[in-house]
Amino acid sequence: MSENTQENSGFEPRIVGFLCHWCTYTGADLAGTTRQQYPAGIRIIHLMCSGAIDVVYVLKALLDGADGVLIGGCHPGDCHYQTGNLKARRRIALLRKVLQTLGLDQDRVWLRWISASEGRLFAETIREYDADLREQGENPLAAEWDL
Amino acid sequence: MDKKCDKKLGVFVCWCGSNIAGSVDVDKAVEEAGKLDGVVHAENYMYMCSDPGQQKVKDTIVEKGLDGVVVACCSPRMHENTFRKAAGSVGLNSYLLEIANIREHCSWVHQNNKPVATAKAVNIIKATLDKVKENLPLETLTIELTKRVCVVGGGIAGIMSALDLADAGYEVVIVEKEPVIGGHTAQVSSSFPYFQNISKLLGEKVKAVLEHPNIKVYVNSEVEVLDGYVGNFNVTIKTRPAFVDSAKCTSCGECLAACPVSLPDEFNRGLSRRGAIFIYNASAEARIPVLRQEDCRHFADFEQSQEEKCRACVQSCSENAIDLGALPGRSEEFVGAIVMATGYDLYSPANLPEYGGGTIPDVVDALAFERMLDPNGPTGGKVLCHSDGRIPKSVMFIQCAGSRDPERHKAYCSRACCMYTAKQARLYKRQVEDGTAFISYMDIRSDSRDFEEFVQVGMEQENLVYIRGRVAKVFEENGRLKVFTADTLTGRQITMDADLVVLAMAMEPKAGVRELAKKMNVTIDGDAFLSETHIKLYPVESSTKGVYLAGCGQAPKDITDTVSQALATAGKIQTMFSNETLIADPLIAEVKDDVCSGCGVCIEICPYGARVMNDFVRISEVNQAVCQGCGACIAACPNKACELINSTSRQFLRVIGDFTSKVKAVV
Ligand SMILES: Cc1cc2nc3c(=O)[nH]c(=O)nc-3n(C[C@H](O)[C@H](O)[C@H](O)COP(=O)(O)OP(=O)(O)OC[C@H]3O[C@@H](n4cnc5c(N)ncnc54)[C@H](O)[C@@H]3O)c2cc1C
Ligand code: SF4
Ligand code: SF4
Ligand code: FES
Repeated sequence: MSENTQENSGFEPRIVGFLCHWCTYTGADLAGTTRQQYPAGIRIIHLMCSGAIDVVYVLKALLDGADGVLIGGCHPGDCHYQTGNLKARRRIALLRKVLQTLGLDQDRVWLRWISASEGRLFAETIREYDADLREQGENPLAAEWDL
Repeated sequence: MDKKCDKKLGVFVCWCGSNIAGSVDVDKAVEEAGKLDGVVHAENYMYMCSDPGQQKVKDTIVEKGLDGVVVACCSPRMHENTFRKAAGSVGLNSYLLEIANIREHCSWVHQNNKPVATAKAVNIIKATLDKVKENLPLETLTIELTKRVCVVGGGIAGIMSALDLADAGYEVVIVEKEPVIGGHTAQVSSSFPYFQNISKLLGEKVKAVLEHPNIKVYVNSEVEVLDGYVGNFNVTIKTRPAFVDSAKCTSCGECLAACPVSLPDEFNRGLSRRGAIFIYNASAEARIPVLRQEDCRHFADFEQSQEEKCRACVQSCSENAIDLGALPGRSEEFVGAIVMATGYDLYSPANLPEYGGGTIPDVVDALAFERMLDPNGPTGGKVLCHSDGRIPKSVMFIQCAGSRDPERHKAYCSRACCMYTAKQARLYKRQVEDGTAFISYMDIRSDSRDFEEFVQVGMEQENLVYIRGRVAKVFEENGRLKVFTADTLTGRQITMDADLVVLAMAMEPKAGVRELAKKMNVTIDGDAFLSETHIKLYPVESSTKGVYLAGCGQAPKDITDTVSQALATAGKIQTMFSNETLIADPLIAEVKDDVCSGCGVCIEICPYGARVMNDFVRISEVNQAVCQGCGACIAACPNKACELINSTSRQFLRVIGDFTSKVKAVV
């Protein structure tokens, strides 16, 4: 039984989410506590701050076949470490440009500000991202590189 | 294929009653986890966090000699500590235990598809195991603690904080920019809501500070350099030259008369004039003159020869107390905590030319009005027109002058003005019984005990005339002062005469606080007020550990709130000082010496100044006591020379691998 094939043999988007400890990770906890339901394709990795996101992690996830990568940080002005989220924003903006020039879809990388109290927004974001990725289709990278 | 793991790992899957077991097949999860590399034990239990549950974990650690544990349960924010403590109690280093969050992030959010949720839970457990495999055993860090405090700013905030700490037995140094402590409270005549004699109360506290064996006061001084970190700050204090020797001076005042310079007196808000040598606050006990180098002619003329230079004060002094060659002083103080109590300034009336601010003499700011009310002040306590000394028969008080005006001035409310304006108007009416006090206001904010009553008495019994609206213009016509305003309650436009206009100017942070905040690595907001870590839960902690905030430097407020905050900082610091040493989390950054190129990128990016370049070997180091483990430097290092301990890039890459292997994650 493979979780992605058990219902239908169709495409089940896989998202890797890098979530800041102080906001989005806790927001995802709240989504659970309030029993929001969202697609199971997301896998959550804990960061202390979105500013710790290394582009290598994002690239690794994409090369490994993740269909989308979500970076979740505190709203601007709310970063526990002052401006980590702005650093993340700059880095991700750059990465999206690079992805574009490489002919990859930049919309496979999402950066979102979701606070600890926005459990519903977290669930909505995953639903929205999942739907978006279904439209974009499978990440071609994994197949191309045959990893 | 990765090499086989040589560790003995245990997996404990919690049912959390039906919270997890309801949507994750916990037996299947244990079965699958048992097959994973390195796992020598896997079991599930109804409530892992219960005493018997924890006992299972402890017993198994001992019996099977586990050297890594994953508990698959609720969010680590719930029970990470619980299980780490349990592991630690039986000798497994607590950092070798990790939580797989399969409740909040899995069972609760995927309630309608057990096979999918189960597969996801196993995937999360596998990734967490892969992290644990590379975790290092760690100990908490110990940091030395110097139980002394430096208070920057000797206003009522600094004074109250210092007294409390000194009474608790700790040594305190106060660094005050001006020649005397007291701050703006010394300029205030009496206080709302009971007309308390505030200068008397302040005088007692100032005396207590000066006499306290545990307090050392540096006046005419500023912080020049701040080094170090929580528990271990090194403050370099620069003191202006003491041109007048307080041991010799008899306070005769001859020098004051001799000085040829004449400038508006700042303490009296321009209502009186002073020389370059002057008494800073005539009501204060300290009556030793200060000589301000930047105003003094002796220092102004570089062209003149020594003989030609002004020495009028020196010549007038019979005691030889004045030495124009005095040099600035420099002192170092080692302290464990710092209180920033730098207070406020009034936003300059010159910013409001439409009100004649800075140009019309009978338009004064509210502190000038306070000085008029002081019996020891420049007018002997009388409210007078500044232009010609007559008694004003009508006074227009304009509230929110420069406050609550996001387009042109300050967006915020200065909080004390509604109340002190009511106080000033009432005091004026007591003095000039046939005079009229008009108050232009937007709303009245009287939100503390007896405040509303205080304003009501003014309105109803003392005939203060409150006019709701914003004054458009103050101008002179035929030698008379005119105020053009609107009454928004009746919708009428009003042009009226006034003898005196008092502007309740916005409070803004003390000049120079930006530079100071930078030295202290303390965050400021858009208006340069010092920012607290959390407005609700950490109201007096700054962004730098060990640096605390009190008074108007953090936000405008009255004396009551200022003192509460000051006492809160004192309490916080005493809590910190109740330990012999400080402990810190070891989950911080480290540098691989052989990879670091010494580029310095990390030093720029660290929000806490935790990275320092070892110039000798050109390798960046981490100050373990300062690093908060945010990870910013790790992501920024172009050489991949830094790692976050127990969240290394190797660990991340493995976890990412686990989370993306769609086909391999077959359950
Ligand atoms: C017109 C007017 C009337 C008022 N009337 C009342 C009233 O009746 N009742 C009431 O409760 N409140 C009143 N207030 C408010 C009151 O003035 C403040 O709440 C109080 O003074 C705040 O104290 P503080 O110690 O925070 O700041 P401050 O009084 O501003 O003191 C700050 C001190 O720090 C020093 N300092 C600043 N920067 C540095 C530096 N870099 N290095 C060293 N030292 C530094 C300053 O020189 C000063 O001595 C009034 C305010 C105004 C404007
Ligand atoms: S950014 Fe990296 S290479 Fe550059 S100094 Fe810091 S640790 Fe060394
Ligand atoms: S992890 Fe954060 S706090 Fe620690 S040294 Fe790096 S940037 Fe500074
Ligand atoms: S702490 Fe959340 S983004 Fe920095």
